[in-house]
Amino acid sequence: MTTTSMIPCGDFKTRYATDTTIFPTVTSRNFAILGIVLLAVAPAFLDRYWLNLLIQIGYLGIAALGLNILVGFTGQISIGHSAFFGFGAFASAWINNRFGIPVALAIPLAGVLTTAVGMIFGVPAARLKGLYLAIATLAAQYILQDFFARANWFTGGVAGTIAEPFSLFGFVFDTDGRYFYVVLFYMVVMYLLATNLMRTRDGRALVAVRDHYLSAEMMGINLTKYRTMSFGISAFYAGIGGALYAHYLQFVSVEGFTILFSIQFLGMIIIGGLGSIMGSLMGTAFMVLLPELMQASTDLLSGTAVDRMLNLKDSIAFLREMAIGVVIILFLVFEPDGLAHRWKQIKAYWKLYPFSH
Amino acid sequence: MNAPPVTGGTDTPIFEARDVSLRFGGVRALTDVSFSIRKGELFSIIGPNGAGKTSMVNCISGRYRPTDGKVFFKGQDVTPMAPNQRAALGIGRTFQNLALFGHMTVLDNIMVGRHNQLKNNFLTGALYWFTGARKEELAHRREVEEIIDFLEIQHVRKATAGTLSYGLRKRVELARAVALKPDLILLDEPMAGMNLEEKEDMARYIVDLNEEWGMTVVMIEHDMGVVMDISHRVIVLDFGRKIAEGKPEEVLADPRVRSAYLGEDDVEVAPAAPQQEVA
Repeated sequence: MTTTSMIPCGDFKTRYATDTTIFPTVTSRNFAILGIVLLAVAPAFLDRYWLNLLIQIGYLGIAALGLNILVGFTGQISIGHSAFFGFGAFASAWINNRFGIPVALAIPLAGVLTTAVGMIFGVPAARLKGLYLAIATLAAQYILQDFFARANWFTGGVAGTIAEPFSLFGFVFDTDGRYFYVVLFYMVVMYLLATNLMRTRDGRALVAVRDHYLSAEMMGINLTKYRTMSFGISAFYAGIGGALYAHYLQFVSVEGFTILFSIQFLGMIIIGGLGSIMGSLMGTAFMVLLPELMQASTDLLSGTAVDRMLNLKDSIAFLREMAIGVVIILFLVFEPDGLAHRWKQIKAYWKLYPFSH
Repeated sequence: MNAPPVTGGTDTPIFEARDVSLRFGGVRALTDVSFSIRKGELFSIIGPNGAGKTSMVNCISGRYRPTDGKVFFKGQDVTPMAPNQRAALGIGRTFQNLALFGHMTVLDNIMVGRHNQLKNNFLTGALYWFTGARKEELAHRREVEEIIDFLEIQHVRKATAGTLSYGLRKRVELARAVALKPDLILLDEPMAGMNLEEKEDMARYIVDLNEEWGMTVVMIEHDMGVVMDISHRVIVLDFGRKIAEGKPEEVLADPRVRSAYLGEDDVEVAPAAPQQEVA
């Protein structure tokens, strides 16, 4: 049984409350808290380059989690996730610019607006499966992309739109060091909400729909409702992620939200682990850091024989894309359960050393 | 297993099928089947393979909608209702082929059965600590543990359902159906593929569910020994038609039932007491 959790000897749960905590042991919880505290002091030590990467991981990680709820937990498929991400970005900027609602409020409102849009596209999706659903979400991608380009009142058309920086009580989060905290806050909150969702009634219902929809229905689960709801939740996360992206760059252009970006989101959750909450974040971090790693290794190899042979400097652009493709294939073949599963195995290895199980 | 088959149940019917017919194109799966199940009864549907037993159970649970006829549950016409609506009214079931949620733990599988009893939703659930969702989940966890105790699956409660052995999965599936707190529980071949010991355990669980938990049980089963021992009443289907109904021993003595199971002789030879073979 691969899923037996690693509870140390003698750690007996005597109350149901201690058996249903997010983290299986006190130590694991403390490590998570320590991680967040370390992140909270990180801006004091990291330069802009690293902060930028962490912020990217933050807002993309939120959106990837949304996609994982839809694809990993509910077993639906969506290749239009970046369109919802983009919609959230434009919606937040629009709400702020048009109605003067402060950015701090515009972000959750943009999430709600994106949820509504997601559910509209989710209604047909509730009746489709597999390949047919993929095509239906492809339609969502193109319809929204076209909408971005044409709806001048909403997106500013091809010129794009300005997004004001995030501010709270007159304090403006306009530098990377400051905005980092906004993203960190949202990331922790959104990940906690998802974790709670998945250990309560509706989260279990989503997984039940994925695993065996016929018996889920016999258990009293309304399939249409939960499939649509899953699209809504997924779009909400995409919307929040997009809104955070908009107020980080302070400018949203219509070009960014392509199908390629949607597929990158899928790559994130496949690499991280379908149906794993922390996997969504791990996968996002991997996808964000992989190009940087490629860049760093290119720099390292510059001037060597390898560089001269491959002409790395000029070919880095497509090598980067190729690397992502290769990594996805490797993960699908060797670790279909993703980084989250690999992480568990590494933990088990150290706990049980020198025995194998 | 030698419990005397007393006529259990009260006189009030909990479920009634009126002239139920089910056709798939030209195939007549069920033809004008009528029967009623009394509250508190242990009721079995038997018949040869392909007789329409599972189709009948699917009509009760809502997986199929009868082409003609009506089904009533607690006096209410439930014919147009979807399975999830019927589950809310108090119909639970298990499947002939295992239908667990393979990637969830046993505990979560059973908790899914509490879906209709739980009140928290995606909002209150996500705000776990602040909305009472935690308290509610824990209260239901307690009740689910009662079911786990009853079915003796404590040792696997944290195991992934898909990794369990066949007999255990059958039990987990029963636990999940019991968690619905149904008034009518449909068991589609609960003992298929089990060894004698597992069958005895399962028979005991079913009798307990009926007598102590007060559930009306509808069972499809091929093991005639079990059916005859524990059922209060039996109906026999053959080629989609009801050919007999009554107490187990009456049904067993019915010549039509015998010919359905054993076939008819072409030559007129007096059969040599086939009673034991049927049992």
